[in-house]
Amino acid sequence: MSELIQSPMMDMSRSLSGQVVTTKFDKILGWARKYSLFQYPFVTACCGMEYMATACSHYDIDRFGAAFARFSPRQADVIWVVGTISHKIAPVLKTIYDQTADPKWVVSFGACASCGGPYDNYATVQGIDTIIPVDVYIAGCPPRPEAVLDGLLKLQDLIQNQKHDW
Amino acid sequence: MSKFPEHIAIEKSHPTAVLDWHDRFGDRTLIVDGKQIVDVITLLRDSFGYNMLVDLTAVDYFPRRPRFEVVYHFLNVDSHARLRVKVQLEESHPHIASIISLYPIADWLEREAWDMFGIKFDGHTNMKRLLLYESFEGHPLRKDYPKTKRQPLIGPQN
Repeated sequence: MSELIQSPMMDMSRSLSGQVVTTKFDKILGWARKYSLFQYPFVTACCGMEYMATACSHYDIDRFGAAFARFSPRQADVIWVVGTISHKIAPVLKTIYDQTADPKWVVSFGACASCGGPYDNYATVQGIDTIIPVDVYIAGCPPRPEAVLDGLLKLQDLIQNQKHDW
Repeated sequence: MSKFPEHIAIEKSHPTAVLDWHDRFGDRTLIVDGKQIVDVITLLRDSFGYNMLVDLTAVDYFPRRPRFEVVYHFLNVDSHARLRVKVQLEESHPHIASIISLYPIADWLEREAWDMFGIKFDGHTNMKRLLLYESFEGHPLRKDYPKTKRQPLIGPQN
């Protein structure tokens, strides 16, 4: 008979066992957001081929929850800046960034986007971080798909551990 | 090395047009007086079947005088014959007659030469920059344009 008399607390913990986890809200939001990244590919040059290779079935970026390329900044979470950015197109990139709804992240894909690459001349922006903030840089000219996926994982890591607005 | 038929024909009708010529490495080249360029190219197109303007570009030989060269590459699509025509231009106000009336494709090529080298093509009705933006000052493929000089539309200056 004494076994049937239990405190309400004990009762609750037993009935919820295996059904509830406790965490921080930032962590759960980061977990959700990092696995549902809608991408805006801002593709201007040959790095685009590596982006396509990564996105297609052989390397399959969908495994990481980042399958959906949206060609509208309103519907995108991540801007992939893929290729050489000239001074002529720089204002367009800035507009795209401004139009992207929060939360948003920027990946600089390859040497040109990161620092101008081999082009040190009148035409080329020496790194997109002179125009917009960048979260992850991917090295390479162009980067192999493995490097791209590594960059994506680093971005996911960043999203998981950052502070979120909610 | 002997004169090729195009050269002989031009000399017959325009004795002062050809200033120099060569066929080094199999690339037959005529250096032509700029004032007679439209006549010469008309003759090449109509009498020798050079029906395709493959390329029109310019070269800056700074500090040589004359400083600029405009280069035309022609192809006879039927016989696969190729011919290169060059015109030398002085540094102050480099200009030459447009050949849009002969080859419509010259429109963008001449605009590119204006954009990059600042060579004016007389008779071109839309002589504005092709690749760069309107606010860009100077012509970046000129040898005296500083290599690292940038004119960004947004972001930090240089």
